[in-house]
Amino acid sequence: MPETLPQYLLQHAQTTPEATALRERNYGIWQALTWREYLDHVKFFSLGLHSLGLVPEETIAIIGDNRPEWVISELAAQAVGAKSIGIYQDAVVKEMVYIFNHADVSFVVVEDQEQVDKLLEMWDDLKGIRKVIYYDPKGLRNYTEDYLLYFPDVEEMGRKFDEENPGWWEARVALGKESDLAILSTTSGTTGNPKLAMLTHKNLLSMGDNLMSIDPIAPGDEFVSFLPLAWIGEQMMSLGCGLQIGFTINFPEEPETVQHDIREIGPQAMFSPPRIWENLISQVQVKIEDSTKLKQSMYQRALKIGYEMADIRFRKETPTFVQKLKYFWADWAVFQEIKDQLGLRHLDRAYTGGAALGPDVFRFFHALGVNLKQIYGSTETSGISVVHRDGDVKFQTVGTPIPETEIKIDESGEILVSSPAVMIGYYKNEEATKETLVDGWLQTGDAGYFDDDGHLIVIDRAKDVMTLHDGTKFSPQFIENKLKFSPYVKEAVVFGGDWPFVTAMLNIDFANVGKWAENNHLTYTTYTDLAQKSEVYELVRVRVEEANVDLPPAARIRRFVLLHKELDADDAELTRTRKVRRNVVAQRYDDIVSALYSQSPHLDVETVITYQDGRTATLQTRLRIEDMGIKE
Amino acid sequence: MQRDFRHTLNSSHLKPGDLQLKADHVKLGFGGVTALYDVSLSIRQSEIFAIIGPNGAGKTSLLNCISGLYHPQQGSITYYTGKAEHEITRLKPYQIASLGIARSFQNIELFRHMTVLENLMAGAHVHMKTSLLSSMIYWGKAQREQIAFRRFVEDIIDLLEIQAIRDQPVGSLAYGLQKRVELGRALAMKPAILLLDEPMAGMNAEEKEDMARFVLDVNEEHGVTIVLIEHDMGVIMDISDRIAVLNFGQKIGDGTPDEVRQNEAVIKAYLGEDQSTAPMKMIEL
Repeated sequence: MPETLPQYLLQHAQTTPEATALRERNYGIWQALTWREYLDHVKFFSLGLHSLGLVPEETIAIIGDNRPEWVISELAAQAVGAKSIGIYQDAVVKEMVYIFNHADVSFVVVEDQEQVDKLLEMWDDLKGIRKVIYYDPKGLRNYTEDYLLYFPDVEEMGRKFDEENPGWWEARVALGKESDLAILSTTSGTTGNPKLAMLTHKNLLSMGDNLMSIDPIAPGDEFVSFLPLAWIGEQMMSLGCGLQIGFTINFPEEPETVQHDIREIGPQAMFSPPRIWENLISQVQVKIEDSTKLKQSMYQRALKIGYEMADIRFRKETPTFVQKLKYFWADWAVFQEIKDQLGLRHLDRAYTGGAALGPDVFRFFHALGVNLKQIYGSTETSGISVVHRDGDVKFQTVGTPIPETEIKIDESGEILVSSPAVMIGYYKNEEATKETLVDGWLQTGDAGYFDDDGHLIVIDRAKDVMTLHDGTKFSPQFIENKLKFSPYVKEAVVFGGDWPFVTAMLNIDFANVGKWAENNHLTYTTYTDLAQKSEVYELVRVRVEEANVDLPPAARIRRFVLLHKELDADDAELTRTRKVRRNVVAQRYDDIVSALYSQSPHLDVETVITYQDGRTATLQTRLRIEDMGIKE
Repeated sequence: MQRDFRHTLNSSHLKPGDLQLKADHVKLGFGGVTALYDVSLSIRQSEIFAIIGPNGAGKTSLLNCISGLYHPQQGSITYYTGKAEHEITRLKPYQIASLGIARSFQNIELFRHMTVLENLMAGAHVHMKTSLLSSMIYWGKAQREQIAFRRFVEDIIDLLEIQAIRDQPVGSLAYGLQKRVELGRALAMKPAILLLDEPMAGMNAEEKEDMARFVLDVNEEHGVTIVLIEHDMGVIMDISDRIAVLNFGQKIGDGTPDEVRQNEAVIKAYLGEDQSTAPMKMIEL
């Protein structure tokens, strides 16, 4: 029984050497790697690293798009007893330097010139990095730094080593134990420097095994790996599950072609954060608005039938024959086509996780017949610890714990998790480890409770849960998700905990509102200009009114503002996985927050923006503050 | 996991630094207007050669003379391929193109209703050898040739990072992308010399930066000689190996960016008579 990820690789290469392990779209066509080829790349790169001096327990860092080389590098390091850490390519220099130094990285594998340039720029601040290995050589021809190496050259070194020491690598892989560290994974901490969760092979594999035992994906099934491999969700699917089961991992051509490539593959399983699902809905809504009257009415009719069917299933009732027949029509006439366009046609199940997904989004996908399920988990639990079971989906909940996972709620209402997938601690951070792991229970920092059916309900981050003025506890995320269901609202930050009523700061979706403006003959220049148009305020106001209808009176939004700039991860307003950092936003825009709670109809703001080349400019804008006219 | 280029985009047989194109006392006029007076210059293999000058200085006219759209009344233009020496002064544009001189235009000249891929394939068809009939049957040699062209064109798509728009009609693309596709189509001819007429006109800073990087990649990775007209002095000074300055149809200076910056006549043409602050401004330019 294999104990480590590289051991699983060896097993697949022995049992099904000619089956397709990886596929990458390159030069416009899908290029496959068999398990045997996959193994050879891992083996030779691994031996190459070994002959360059990589020793067990060292760390290699990997930065790049989702490509075969990414996972090959990871497995190569693990094969010789080292570990890997994935770094988001869009991480800012300061953050990268911190991770490199804090994680004692000795080798870095990067994709291309862009990342090499970034590394050269920070080289003087880095300690301990011995080699930088790149795999896309374009533009790097004339670089002379002696620590730069080309990926195939390292593989060649490995090949030589293997000729001189046949069998050495296989013996080394066999030494691997399940308790060995496999990866360090950065947590998208909402404050300060990221913490690095230490995850063992056992952690990743037990998580994968337990998930696959309830939601099996078969060898030969397709999965598209398009979210950053530095993210635990992608590690879990592509390695924890994928390598264990042996299904095919597909890598898109470029980040911009993901949608197209998913459609070509038609995967059986998908795992994405809410952002992706929300985007898909926006796309559908916008395209329908652009289509003919006939199509629009067909769509509306079908969607109504779909919602009806989804609700029947949520209530676990059996649909009548007529209902089934109607749904059959809706599916045949409309849903199949939509799913085909989105690449969801062959999907057996889809997961959403990383943050809460609005109930409306859930209902929508289930109306279409997409088996979308909420998961709950974290980097510290190697991905998933709670998931909806097929046929037992309730959109208010995140489902029930996967096998071998225990969940309890402590007196303060915090969710605690215990399972073999829980990390062994934070790398070089005793203090945080002690706070987070108490007697084997992971303190998640999330507030939640179990409902009568044993489903876990996650309210929000414990520190984000707000107490409304009438004393009820409420999750700002819930309101935000309601607002974000509109294709015109991209980001929403709701305030209310320490204040007399609830207000919202919104980002319009530039593409969709822009298109709407175009269709309505509204001219605009910039994002700021568009956001401050009174017509746009009207448009958004209607959506806020719709959201308010479903909310208890105390949680209704009384005033809102359309922000003059998009919240951005580069400004630390969002995490890299696009979760709002509420405290950062509240601090940075404290003048806007106070204006939301004043009587004034507008506010003049001045912002300093930093361009990518480092220049700064000051922007002056008058922000309108919309009052919904709700009285006590 | 092929990542490197599989084809060279350069069809020249010269060594870097060899004389590749020589314009000798070129004179061009339209009726009473003289566009170029006695312009001479020499372009060497694998350099980035910029032509600058105020509006109406004759930059595009000079490029048109090289690519055969205009024929100068006097003087000659000679092109060296390494194997032969061609006098191209009187040749037709298509003849010059088939010798390996490709160009892009100031106003985009693409097939708007065709996709990006089709436009690039059309560029590559200069080198197509099968007959019309066998192409229509699309079997045997014609098929193999088409597949080989597609592979070649995919290298260009990869270089210019336009994978995501491969199948989109060119007319629906943003301006900056259309410019990029036009560069791609010129490259699809596998040029020995690439003439670019204001490849960055009308672009924002980020698009310009991208385009400059692509031009550098074509030059550094493939050694293609580039002749460039551009108004953005920052870009010109950054990427050019040598610069020629035209004013009212005359060449008033040439040399490396540093030499041109110091050239009195150039400073005067660009900034008028008041020269007290001129050198400073030129550096800023």
